[in-house]
Amino acid sequence: MAENGKLKLGLYWAASCGGCEIAIVELREKILDLDAAADILFWPCAMDYKYKDVEAMPDGHIDVCLFNGAIRSSENEEMAHLLREKAKVLVAFGSCAHEGCIPGLGNMFDRQSIFNRVYLETPSTDNPDGIFPQTSYQMPEGEVHIPSFYNTVKTLAQVEDVDYFVPGCPPQAPQIWAVIEAILGGDLPPKGTVVGASPNKTVCDECKYDREEKRVAKFYRPHEIIPEDRCLFDQGIICAGPATRAGCGALCMEVDLPCRGCYGPAPNVVDQGAALLSAVASVVDADTEEEAARIVNEVVDPVGTFYRFGLPASMLHRRKLEEVE
Amino acid sequence: MSNNGNGFEPRIVGFLCNWCTYAAADTAGVSRMKQAANVDIIRVMCSGRVDPTFILKAFVEGADGVIVSGCHPPGDCHYSTGNFKTFRRMPMVEALLEQYGIEKGRFHWGWISGAEAPMWAKLVNEFTEQVRGLGPLDWKRQLQSKEE
Ligand code: SF4
Ligand code: SF4
Ligand code: FES
Repeated sequence: MAENGKLKLGLYWAASCGGCEIAIVELREKILDLDAAADILFWPCAMDYKYKDVEAMPDGHIDVCLFNGAIRSSENEEMAHLLREKAKVLVAFGSCAHEGCIPGLGNMFDRQSIFNRVYLETPSTDNPDGIFPQTSYQMPEGEVHIPSFYNTVKTLAQVEDVDYFVPGCPPQAPQIWAVIEAILGGDLPPKGTVVGASPNKTVCDECKYDREEKRVAKFYRPHEIIPEDRCLFDQGIICAGPATRAGCGALCMEVDLPCRGCYGPAPNVVDQGAALLSAVASVVDADTEEEAARIVNEVVDPVGTFYRFGLPASMLHRRKLEEVE
Repeated sequence: MSNNGNGFEPRIVGFLCNWCTYAAADTAGVSRMKQAANVDIIRVMCSGRVDPTFILKAFVEGADGVIVSGCHPPGDCHYSTGNFKTFRRMPMVEALLEQYGIEKGRFHWGWISGAEAPMWAKLVNEFTEQVRGLGPLDWKRQLQSKEE
């Protein structure tokens, strides 16, 4: 704590969409309470700070750092190490830092295939000389460096020691506030705990629908069907609710979209995708191998469906690289 | 398992149900059928007990190939429909592994009854050669890919 008794807070974004920053703003008038209780020492998205300001801080100077975003580049990783040094408590904030999230789906590709797509193949790209980003370049004024782009997206915990995890894409405002209150009250659970979410429930437990585990003869993607007012899974829409930790208040089903799994694996689930795959397979309405194979093959993009938010944190982490350096 | 000189010896994990394929593997052993020594057998009570997590874990921990085998459907499963679970799950596991870039030939699932010991020995030999041909998978190296 600072001499004024206020909490010293840092917020950082690595590879993320900015939604976690919006989630902080979503605290609305509570942001004033946050301001009253905490001094924000570092928040590049909202205020002008430089990395050198952080480097100049003594170690452990920041009480709590909420770190959102995955580790996609050397810059993300350097900042993870730096903020670990400077913060007493490092929190993986939001699905990207927690599990890799949507940027983590890049793990179905590698650096070169992503570069080819972005810098050569997209229809709007005009790059006749086939120039790719270089990590260093000689200018008349001297050599400049830019961060390198990784083959594999990593979670924060895969590169640094993390104290707490706040799930969600993005974390929901009431949950964020609960976490901040817990921090202010010094009422923190053991290191490594997932906070700002349920310790023991799945999204199904909070859902307005009751799942009856009906047998399913055909799976639909959300845009292919207008659902009835009952459990979406029972209607053949793959819903990650049974494999996902509760905490959001089962939001997506309020607008009749299935849960996509952003709050991460349900408590005691090792691999969210494998758990969801099992849940899907268990309702397949087939009594012969041929019939089962036919229904199951209708599931488009299994990795993207079962691991939409958690590929980097999953057991396999990524698609096989053609060549491992 | 011995590594004969420079040759690659695949490491294969076999999840076999207690009542059928495990019995076949046992008979194959007791009858001294000639089979490759590359399969580490994990006995499960029913092929329906094989959570996809087990298969992923085997690959992550260093398996070059995985076999799941149980009792013939529809009627042979000791728990009547455990093998239905298996045939509903495994095609999706296959699709998943393929998307991950794990070659088709590294994963086999199917049925061998207690009376089909020679079939087990044949599967072991053929599958081992198939995986040998694909070379080491070495998934741990994927996770340690160097970034510069
Ligand atoms: S709609 Fe989804 S979250 Fe709701 S009960 Fe059904 S499976 Fe669970
Ligand atoms: S319902 Fe699922 S995808 Fe939607 S906010 Fe909740 S956890 Fe995330
Ligand atoms: S007991 Fe053998 S498959 Fe169920």
